[in-house]
Amino acid sequence: MPHPPYLSPGYRSTVLRAPSQPPVAFKADPDAIELSSPVFGHQEVGSLDADLTRQHEGEPIGERIIVTGRVLDSGGRPVRGTLVEVWQANAAGRYAHAGDQHPAPLDPNFTGAGRCLTDDEGRYRFVTIKPGAYPWRNHPNAWRPAHIHFSVFGTAFTQRLVTQMYFPGDPLMPFDPIMQSIPDEAARRRLVSSYAHDVTEPEWALGYTFDVVLGRTPVES
Amino acid sequence: MTLPVTPSQTVGPFFGHALPYPRDWELVPEGRPGAITLTGRVLDGAGEPVPDALLELWLGRTGERGVLTRDGEGVSGFGRCATDPEGRYRFRTARPDGPYLSLQIFARGLLRSVLTRVYLEDRPDPLLDGLDPVRRATLVASGKEDTYEFDVRLQGEGETVFLDF
Repeated sequence: MPHPPYLSPGYRSTVLRAPSQPPVAFKADPDAIELSSPVFGHQEVGSLDADLTRQHEGEPIGERIIVTGRVLDSGGRPVRGTLVEVWQANAAGRYAHAGDQHPAPLDPNFTGAGRCLTDDEGRYRFVTIKPGAYPWRNHPNAWRPAHIHFSVFGTAFTQRLVTQMYFPGDPLMPFDPIMQSIPDEAARRRLVSSYAHDVTEPEWALGYTFDVVLGRTPVES
Repeated sequence: MTLPVTPSQTVGPFFGHALPYPRDWELVPEGRPGAITLTGRVLDGAGEPVPDALLELWLGRTGERGVLTRDGEGVSGFGRCATDPEGRYRFRTARPDGPYLSLQIFARGLLRSVLTRVYLEDRPDPLLDGLDPVRRATLVASGKEDTYEFDVRLQGEGETVFLDF
Protein backbone atom coordinates (compact mmCIF):
# COMPACT_ATOMS: atom_id res chain seq x y z
CA MET A 1 0.00 0.00 0.00
CA PRO A 2 1.73 3.19 -1.13
CA HIS A 3 -0.70 5.49 0.66
CA PRO A 4 -0.24 6.83 4.17
CA PRO A 5 -2.39 5.33 6.94
CA TYR A 6 -5.29 7.59 7.85
CA LEU A 7 -4.09 7.78 11.44
CA SER A 8 -0.61 9.32 11.49
CA PRO A 9 -0.36 10.98 14.92
CA GLY A 10 2.75 12.97 13.94
CA TYR A 11 0.33 14.92 11.74
CA ARG A 12 -1.96 16.13 14.50
CA SER A 13 -5.06 16.80 12.42
CA THR A 14 -5.40 13.10 11.65
CA VAL A 15 -6.14 12.20 15.29
CA LEU A 16 -9.82 13.20 15.23
CA ARG A 17 -10.39 12.86 11.50
CA ALA A 18 -8.95 9.45 10.62
CA PRO A 19 -11.69 6.82 10.27
CA SER A 20 -11.27 4.22 13.02
CA GLN A 21 -12.76 1.39 10.95
CA PRO A 22 -11.07 0.08 7.83
CA PRO A 23 -12.87 0.83 4.58
CA VAL A 24 -15.37 -1.86 3.62
CA ALA A 25 -14.01 -3.93 0.76
CA PHE A 26 -16.72 -4.20 -1.82
CA LYS A 27 -16.68 -6.05 -5.12
CA ALA A 28 -18.35 -3.60 -7.42
CA ASP A 29 -20.82 -4.83 -9.99
CA PRO A 30 -20.11 -3.66 -13.55
CA ASP A 31 -22.83 -1.03 -13.26
CA ALA A 32 -21.33 0.62 -10.17
CA ILE A 33 -21.13 4.34 -10.86
CA GLU A 34 -17.73 4.55 -9.16
CA LEU A 35 -16.24 2.84 -12.22
CA SER A 36 -16.68 6.02 -14.26
CA SER A 37 -15.53 9.57 -13.83
CA PRO A 38 -16.44 12.93 -15.36
CA VAL A 39 -15.36 13.60 -18.93
CA PHE A 40 -14.17 17.17 -19.41
CA GLY A 41 -14.55 19.25 -22.55
CA HIS A 42 -11.66 21.33 -23.85
CA GLN A 43 -13.95 24.36 -23.97
CA GLU A 44 -14.31 24.10 -20.20
CA VAL A 45 -10.66 24.89 -19.52
CA GLY A 46 -9.15 28.22 -20.57
CA SER A 47 -5.92 28.28 -22.55
CA LEU A 48 -4.22 30.46 -19.93
CA ASP A 49 -5.36 28.36 -16.97
CA ALA A 50 -2.12 26.37 -17.05
CA ASP A 51 0.14 29.43 -16.86
CA LEU A 52 0.09 30.71 -13.29
CA THR A 53 2.47 33.54 -14.20
CA ARG A 54 0.01 35.22 -16.57
CA GLN A 55 -3.15 35.50 -14.54
CA HIS A 56 -2.63 39.14 -13.46
CA GLU A 57 -1.42 42.49 -14.80
CA GLY A 58 2.19 41.97 -13.85
CA GLU A 59 4.53 39.06 -13.36
CA PRO A 60 4.76 37.30 -10.02
CA ILE A 61 7.93 37.49 -7.96
CA GLY A 62 9.93 34.29 -7.79
CA GLU A 63 11.86 31.67 -9.67
CA ARG A 64 9.92 30.86 -12.86
CA ILE A 65 9.54 27.11 -13.40
CA ILE A 66 7.90 24.65 -15.78
CA VAL A 67 6.31 21.57 -14.23
CA THR A 68 5.34 18.80 -16.62
CA GLY A 69 4.75 15.08 -16.60
CA ARG A 70 2.34 12.34 -17.53
CA VAL A 71 -0.71 10.87 -15.87
CA LEU A 72 -0.58 7.09 -16.30
CA ASP A 73 -2.55 4.12 -15.11
CA SER A 74 -0.76 1.34 -13.29
CA GLY A 75 -0.41 -0.49 -16.60
CA GLY A 76 1.65 2.40 -17.94
CA ARG A 77 -1.10 3.58 -20.28
CA PRO A 78 -1.62 7.34 -20.63
CA VAL A 79 -4.75 8.79 -19.04
CA ARG A 80 -5.95 11.14 -21.74
CA GLY A 81 -8.07 14.26 -21.39
CA THR A 82 -8.23 14.08 -17.63
CA LEU A 83 -8.35 17.17 -15.46
CA VAL A 84 -5.25 18.11 -13.48
CA GLU A 85 -5.62 20.93 -10.95
CA VAL A 86 -2.74 22.49 -9.03
CA TRP A 87 -2.46 25.03 -6.23
CA GLN A 88 0.43 26.36 -4.21
CA ALA A 89 1.90 29.09 -2.02
CA ASN A 90 3.72 32.03 -3.58
CA ALA A 91 7.51 32.44 -3.60
CA ALA A 92 7.41 33.81 -0.04
CA GLY A 93 5.48 30.80 1.25
CA ARG A 94 2.08 32.49 1.51
CA TYR A 95 -1.21 31.23 0.05
CA ALA A 96 -3.72 33.60 -1.49
CA HIS A 97 -6.23 32.23 1.03
CA ALA A 98 -7.91 34.17 3.82
CA GLY A 99 -7.06 31.45 6.33
CA ASP A 100 -3.30 31.67 5.80
CA GLN A 101 -1.92 33.79 8.67
CA HIS A 102 1.79 33.35 7.87
CA PRO A 103 3.32 36.86 8.05
CA ALA A 104 4.93 36.69 4.62
CA PRO A 105 3.93 39.01 1.78
CA LEU A 106 1.10 38.28 -0.59
CA ASP A 107 1.96 38.75 -4.25
CA PRO A 108 -0.71 40.76 -6.12
CA ASN A 109 0.38 39.07 -9.32
CA PHE A 110 0.07 35.50 -8.10
CA THR A 111 -3.02 33.52 -7.15
CA GLY A 112 -1.34 30.13 -7.27
CA ALA A 113 -4.09 28.03 -8.88
CA GLY A 114 -4.08 26.38 -12.31
CA ARG A 115 -5.65 23.56 -14.27
CA CYS A 116 -5.33 21.76 -17.59
CA LEU A 117 -6.41 18.62 -19.41
CA THR A 118 -3.86 15.95 -20.25
CA ASP A 119 -3.07 15.46 -23.94
CA ASP A 120 -3.12 12.22 -25.96
CA GLU A 121 0.07 11.06 -24.25
CA GLY A 122 -1.36 11.79 -20.82
CA ARG A 123 0.88 14.83 -20.55
CA TYR A 124 0.19 18.00 -18.56
CA ARG A 125 2.29 21.17 -18.38
CA PHE A 126 2.19 24.16 -16.05
CA VAL A 127 4.23 27.35 -15.93
CA THR A 128 4.46 28.78 -12.45
CA ILE A 129 6.93 30.07 -9.88
CA LYS A 130 8.68 27.94 -7.30
CA PRO A 131 6.68 27.97 -4.06
CA GLY A 132 8.33 28.88 -0.77
CA ALA A 133 8.44 26.80 2.40
CA TYR A 134 6.17 27.99 5.19
CA PRO A 135 5.62 27.42 8.91
CA TRP A 136 2.58 25.72 10.37
CA ARG A 137 1.41 24.99 13.90
CA ASN A 138 1.53 21.20 13.95
CA HIS A 139 4.44 21.18 16.44
CA PRO A 140 7.15 23.63 17.56
CA ASN A 141 9.23 24.93 14.66
CA ALA A 142 7.17 23.03 12.08
CA TRP A 143 7.80 23.93 8.43
CA ARG A 144 6.29 22.47 5.29
CA PRO A 145 8.78 21.72 2.52
CA ALA A 146 8.06 23.58 -0.72
CA HIS A 147 5.29 21.74 -2.54
CA ILE A 148 2.64 22.00 -5.23
CA HIS A 149 -0.76 20.40 -4.56
CA PHE A 150 -2.07 18.16 -7.36
CA SER A 151 -5.63 16.95 -7.95
CA VAL A 152 -6.14 14.32 -10.68
CA PHE A 153 -9.36 12.63 -11.82
CA GLY A 154 -8.59 9.52 -13.90
CA THR A 155 -11.18 7.34 -15.59
CA ALA A 156 -12.91 5.98 -12.46
CA PHE A 157 -14.07 7.86 -9.39
CA THR A 158 -12.15 5.26 -7.35
CA GLN A 159 -8.91 6.52 -8.96
CA ARG A 160 -9.42 10.09 -7.81
CA LEU A 161 -6.14 11.32 -6.35
CA VAL A 162 -5.08 14.41 -4.44
CA THR A 163 -1.40 14.58 -3.60
CA GLN A 164 1.57 16.93 -3.24
CA MET A 165 4.69 17.29 -5.37
CA TYR A 166 7.97 18.14 -3.66
CA PHE A 167 11.28 19.49 -4.97
CA PRO A 168 14.55 17.55 -5.11
CA GLY A 169 17.05 18.27 -2.37
CA ASP A 170 14.62 20.09 -0.08
CA PRO A 171 16.16 19.78 3.42
CA LEU A 172 12.75 20.03 5.09
CA MET A 173 11.40 16.75 3.72
CA PRO A 174 12.76 14.51 6.53
CA PHE A 175 11.12 16.78 9.13
CA ASP A 176 7.67 16.90 7.52
CA PRO A 177 5.06 14.65 9.16
CA ILE A 178 2.77 14.89 6.13
CA MET A 179 5.34 13.54 3.70
CA GLN A 180 6.74 11.15 6.31
CA SER A 181 3.26 9.71 6.91
CA ILE A 182 3.99 7.56 3.86
CA PRO A 183 5.69 4.53 5.40
CA ASP A 184 7.64 3.35 2.37
CA GLU A 185 10.70 5.34 1.41
CA ALA A 186 10.47 4.42 -2.26
CA ALA A 187 6.87 5.62 -2.26
CA ARG A 188 7.89 8.92 -0.67
CA ARG A 189 10.51 9.40 -3.36
CA ARG A 190 7.80 9.16 -6.01
CA LEU A 191 6.40 12.46 -4.73
CA VAL A 192 9.69 14.25 -5.38
CA SER A 193 9.91 15.86 -8.79
CA SER A 194 13.11 15.66 -10.87
CA TYR A 195 15.05 18.57 -12.23
CA ALA A 196 14.99 18.17 -16.03
CA HIS A 197 17.49 20.10 -18.07
CA ASP A 198 15.70 19.21 -21.29
CA VAL A 199 12.53 20.81 -19.95
CA THR A 200 14.41 23.92 -18.84
CA GLU A 201 14.01 26.76 -21.34
CA PRO A 202 17.15 28.85 -21.92
CA GLU A 203 17.01 32.30 -20.37
CA TRP A 204 13.42 31.70 -19.29
CA ALA A 205 12.53 28.97 -16.76
CA LEU A 206 13.82 25.87 -14.94
CA GLY A 207 12.13 22.56 -15.72
CA TYR A 208 10.85 19.86 -13.39
CA THR A 209 9.12 16.59 -14.24
CA PHE A 210 6.59 14.72 -12.12
CA ASP A 211 4.60 11.70 -13.30
CA VAL A 212 1.40 10.61 -11.58
CA VAL A 213 0.38 6.95 -11.56
CA LEU A 214 -3.23 6.25 -10.63
CA GLY A 215 -4.42 3.10 -8.90
CA ARG A 216 -6.14 0.22 -10.62
CA THR A 217 -9.78 0.54 -11.36
CA PRO A 218 -11.91 -2.20 -9.80
CA VAL A 219 -12.42 -3.89 -13.17
CA GLU A 220 -8.67 -4.23 -13.68
CA SER A 221 -8.00 -5.85 -10.33
CA MET B 1 4.06 -3.84 -16.68
CA THR B 2 2.84 -2.58 -13.34
CA LEU B 3 3.89 0.90 -12.27
CA PRO B 4 3.92 1.75 -8.57
CA VAL B 5 1.06 4.04 -7.64
CA THR B 6 1.59 7.66 -6.61
CA PRO B 7 0.84 8.05 -2.89
CA SER B 8 -1.94 10.30 -1.66
CA GLN B 9 -1.43 13.40 0.47
CA THR B 10 -3.92 15.61 2.27
CA VAL B 11 -5.79 18.34 0.41
CA GLY B 12 -4.69 20.64 3.27
CA PRO B 13 -6.52 23.72 4.52
CA PHE B 14 -5.76 26.08 1.63
CA PHE B 15 -7.58 24.71 -1.42
CA GLY B 16 -10.28 27.38 -1.25
CA HIS B 17 -8.75 29.66 -3.89
CA ALA B 18 -8.20 26.75 -6.28
CA LEU B 19 -10.72 23.91 -6.26
CA PRO B 20 -14.14 25.53 -5.75
CA TYR B 21 -15.60 27.15 -8.86
CA PRO B 22 -18.75 29.14 -9.62
CA ARG B 23 -21.96 27.10 -9.15
CA ASP B 24 -19.89 24.01 -8.43
CA TRP B 25 -22.61 22.69 -6.07
CA GLU B 26 -25.40 23.10 -8.66
CA LEU B 27 -25.50 19.96 -10.78
CA VAL B 28 -28.83 21.19 -12.18
CA PRO B 29 -30.15 24.74 -12.66
CA GLU B 30 -32.46 26.26 -10.09
CA GLY B 31 -36.10 25.37 -10.64
CA ARG B 32 -35.46 22.27 -12.71
CA PRO B 33 -38.35 19.82 -12.25
CA GLY B 34 -37.36 16.79 -10.23
CA ALA B 35 -34.28 18.40 -8.68
CA ILE B 36 -33.41 17.39 -5.14
CA THR B 37 -31.26 19.01 -2.47
CA LEU B 38 -28.71 16.89 -0.69
CA THR B 39 -27.30 18.50 2.43
CA GLY B 40 -25.64 17.54 5.68
CA ARG B 41 -22.63 18.05 7.88
CA VAL B 42 -19.15 16.62 8.07
CA LEU B 43 -18.22 15.78 11.68
CA ASP B 44 -14.99 14.62 13.32
CA GLY B 45 -14.39 12.03 16.04
CA ALA B 46 -15.39 14.49 18.77
CA GLY B 47 -18.63 15.31 16.97
CA GLU B 48 -17.30 18.73 16.01
CA PRO B 49 -17.98 20.17 12.57
CA VAL B 50 -15.24 19.95 9.94
CA PRO B 51 -15.24 23.45 8.44
CA ASP B 52 -12.54 22.85 5.86
CA ALA B 53 -13.69 19.74 4.00
CA LEU B 54 -14.34 19.48 0.28
CA LEU B 55 -17.02 17.11 -0.99
CA GLU B 56 -17.44 15.79 -4.51
CA LEU B 57 -20.67 14.25 -5.75
CA TRP B 58 -20.79 11.94 -8.77
CA LEU B 59 -23.91 10.65 -10.49
CA GLY B 60 -22.21 8.18 -12.79
CA ARG B 61 -22.44 10.04 -16.08
CA THR B 62 -21.01 13.37 -17.18
CA GLY B 63 -24.28 14.78 -18.47
CA GLU B 64 -24.74 17.68 -20.82
CA ARG B 65 -24.47 20.77 -18.65
CA GLY B 66 -20.71 21.11 -18.42
CA VAL B 67 -18.73 19.98 -15.40
CA LEU B 68 -16.80 23.22 -14.84
CA THR B 69 -18.72 25.76 -16.91
CA ARG B 70 -22.34 25.10 -15.88
CA ASP B 71 -23.63 26.83 -19.02
CA GLY B 72 -26.10 24.22 -20.23
CA GLU B 73 -29.67 23.75 -19.04
CA GLY B 74 -29.50 20.03 -18.39
CA VAL B 75 -27.81 17.87 -15.80
CA SER B 76 -24.15 17.72 -14.84
CA GLY B 77 -23.03 14.50 -13.24
CA PHE B 78 -20.41 16.10 -11.04
CA GLY B 79 -20.50 18.65 -8.25
CA ARG B 80 -18.19 20.05 -5.65
CA CYS B 81 -18.90 21.79 -2.35
CA ALA B 82 -16.62 23.12 0.40
CA THR B 83 -18.11 22.95 3.90
CA ASP B 84 -19.08 26.14 5.71
CA PRO B 85 -17.95 27.06 9.27
CA GLU B 86 -20.63 24.71 10.67
CA GLY B 87 -19.31 21.84 8.57
CA ARG B 88 -22.36 21.95 6.31
CA TYR B 89 -22.46 21.23 2.59
CA ARG B 90 -25.26 21.17 0.05
CA PHE B 91 -25.84 20.07 -3.52
CA ARG B 92 -28.72 20.68 -5.89
CA THR B 93 -28.81 17.62 -8.10
CA ALA B 94 -30.92 15.37 -10.24
CA ARG B 95 -31.96 12.03 -8.83
CA PRO B 96 -29.48 9.33 -9.79
CA ASP B 97 -30.48 6.63 -12.29
CA GLY B 98 -29.87 4.01 -9.61
CA PRO B 99 -30.46 3.97 -5.85
CA TYR B 100 -27.36 5.85 -4.76
CA LEU B 101 -24.96 8.72 -5.44
CA SER B 102 -21.20 8.53 -4.98
CA LEU B 103 -19.66 10.97 -2.49
CA GLN B 104 -15.96 11.60 -1.97
CA ILE B 105 -14.61 13.65 0.93
CA PHE B 106 -11.28 15.48 1.21
CA ALA B 107 -10.02 17.46 4.23
CA ARG B 108 -7.06 18.66 6.16
CA GLY B 109 -6.16 15.71 8.38
CA LEU B 110 -7.37 13.18 5.82
CA LEU B 111 -4.19 11.88 4.22
CA ARG B 112 -6.31 10.11 1.64
CA SER B 113 -9.84 10.93 0.52
CA VAL B 114 -12.72 8.76 1.72
CA LEU B 115 -15.35 7.43 -0.65
CA THR B 116 -18.89 6.57 0.34
CA ARG B 117 -22.38 6.15 -1.09
CA VAL B 118 -25.53 8.09 -0.38
CA TYR B 119 -28.63 5.88 -0.71
CA LEU B 120 -31.84 7.86 -1.04
CA GLU B 121 -33.85 5.05 0.53
CA ASP B 122 -33.18 1.82 2.38
CA ARG B 123 -33.75 -1.12 0.06
CA PRO B 124 -32.28 -4.52 -0.76
CA ASP B 125 -28.82 -3.88 -2.18
CA PRO B 126 -25.59 -5.87 -2.55
CA LEU B 127 -23.57 -3.36 -0.51
CA LEU B 128 -26.18 -2.51 2.14
CA ASP B 129 -27.12 -6.15 2.67
CA GLY B 130 -23.54 -6.99 3.66
CA LEU B 131 -23.50 -4.48 6.54
CA ASP B 132 -24.81 -4.78 10.08
CA PRO B 133 -27.89 -2.60 10.74
CA VAL B 134 -26.05 0.16 12.60
CA ARG B 135 -23.45 0.60 9.91
CA ARG B 136 -26.02 0.16 7.14
CA ALA B 137 -27.95 3.13 8.48
CA THR B 138 -24.95 5.43 7.94
CA LEU B 139 -25.34 5.12 4.18
CA VAL B 140 -29.05 5.95 3.98
CA ALA B 141 -30.04 9.59 3.70
CA SER B 142 -33.00 10.81 5.70
CA GLY B 143 -35.47 13.05 4.01
CA LYS B 144 -38.69 13.46 2.26
CA GLU B 145 -39.95 14.88 -0.98
CA ASP B 146 -37.08 16.81 -2.47
CA THR B 147 -34.66 17.40 0.42
CA TYR B 148 -32.32 14.74 1.74
CA GLU B 149 -29.99 14.94 4.73
CA PHE B 150 -26.77 12.93 4.91
CA ASP B 151 -24.10 13.50 7.55
CA VAL B 152 -20.56 12.24 7.15
CA ARG B 153 -19.03 11.12 10.44
CA LEU B 154 -15.34 10.60 9.86
CA GLN B 155 -14.61 8.77 13.11
CA GLY B 156 -16.18 7.20 16.18
CA GLU B 157 -19.82 6.64 17.06
CA GLY B 158 -21.94 6.39 13.94
CA GLU B 159 -18.85 6.43 11.77
CA THR B 160 -19.87 6.48 8.12
CA VAL B 161 -19.07 3.37 6.08
CA PHE B 162 -16.26 4.18 3.67
CA LEU B 163 -15.56 1.96 0.71
CA ASP B 164 -12.56 0.22 -0.76
CA PHE B 165 -13.17 -1.17 -4.22
